[in-house]
Amino acid sequence: MKNKPAIAFLIAATPACAGFTLALFPQARLPIAAAVAYAACCFFIVGIQSRVLRWANTPVPFRIPTTAGQQKSLAWIRPAKLDNPATGIAATGRMALEILCFRSLFRNTGARITKDRMIFRESLGLWLAAILFHWSFLLIFLRHLRFFVEPIPAFVFWLEKLDSPIDVGFPHLFVSDITFLAGVGYLCWRRFADPAVRYISLVSDYLALWLLLGIGATGVYMRYWGHVNVAGIKQFALGLATFSPTLPQGISPVFFAHLFLVCVLAVYIPSGKIMHGAGVWLSPTRNLANNNRAVRHVNPWNAPVKTHTYAEWQEENKDKLKSAGIPLEEDDV
Amino acid sequence: MRERLIIVGGLALFLLLFAYPVLRAAVYHTQTSAPQLRLTSQGSTCVAPTDYMRTSHMRLLSQWRTDVVRHGDRRFVAFNGKVYDKSLTRTCLGCHNKQQFCDRCHAYSGVSGPHCWSCHNDPQAATAKVMP
Repeated sequence: MKNKPAIAFLIAATPACAGFTLALFPQARLPIAAAVAYAACCFFIVGIQSRVLRWANTPVPFRIPTTAGQQKSLAWIRPAKLDNPATGIAATGRMALEILCFRSLFRNTGARITKDRMIFRESLGLWLAAILFHWSFLLIFLRHLRFFVEPIPAFVFWLEKLDSPIDVGFPHLFVSDITFLAGVGYLCWRRFADPAVRYISLVSDYLALWLLLGIGATGVYMRYWGHVNVAGIKQFALGLATFSPTLPQGISPVFFAHLFLVCVLAVYIPSGKIMHGAGVWLSPTRNLANNNRAVRHVNPWNAPVKTHTYAEWQEENKDKLKSAGIPLEEDDV
Repeated sequence: MRERLIIVGGLALFLLLFAYPVLRAAVYHTQTSAPQLRLTSQGSTCVAPTDYMRTSHMRLLSQWRTDVVRHGDRRFVAFNGKVYDKSLTRTCLGCHNKQQFCDRCHAYSGVSGPHCWSCHNDPQAATAKVMP
């Protein structure tokens, strides 16, 4: 398949077009929008829970942490506590660094061919774009609580203030809107521009990016240009939260495109690679302390094996060994 | 076993956070009804159609602010040919009340809005303060 980005784009454009089309049918808007939203929510929750439970039931008999620093050994050798954790607390610290700061991506290197040789060097573009995108997305997600909760809790306003510290433009610009689009834009550009990344990219890789770009573009358009009936949209969102869906007249078609794109993303999340959000917590290569040499770990379902140790054998044949003049191994305890 | 407990606890926490709007609506008995807006004067027409005002009043007000403050232009010809004074206090607040109109929708939608009231005063609130 050569046209993977195009195929993914068509898949992502479908919900957007469906949203615009739905806006043409005033009678069908409410039942279809509500049904799609509820179905997507159910699929999202059940999908995530079932996948995580399946992972939880997968045995991890051995400690298999990947290490990226000096292991704890002799007292005078300084260990890399976070990159090679020896205790549970250090492993927790490592997880926090991974989940909050994307430590692994920070280690990314890139190969570059100069005139006469190939050099490796730090390549932080991916880390920067990822961290901008993820934190912006979290902020945007939490800011959307103002649509789903009434009265609006104070922390939502704190987040808005944090996101728009000075009044730029009108309606006031949110920093996260820019960083979100810049982050996703870079991640998208990278898939096209880097031949190695393009070679390993799948349709689903592009799909996730197109969906995020579509959600960002429709959201930004609704806020800054195509003004929408915000109170009406809040009524719809609150209706979903109280299980009594309602949809006032005069809601922009762009809103339905936005909604359907979010619903498709919610369905895609448990089905694809975005499950790394839950998976990172359960990575045995990250969340286990590297204490294989300090603590003996026994595989809990080892079959009981009948053993006959040398100590037992020597005890049984003590007399014969003595008479033959063979020295006995003493207990060195 | 201990790991399973942590994982199930994490899943339960995720579910609880995700259901926060639903739980909160159930606890607070949230109504989905739109905010109740009241006009102080009925019958007169607004400077623009309701649908436009509902979505884009801020753009109009921002434009008025620029026209008046920077260009001294106070004449606004409405969609129906009527001429209005570009003034929040004299034109808008003649029919719309801050507490019973602006604030209700803005609080409902969580829109902090531009800082109209850092320059303009609210005539009704001002009178109330003067006459205790």
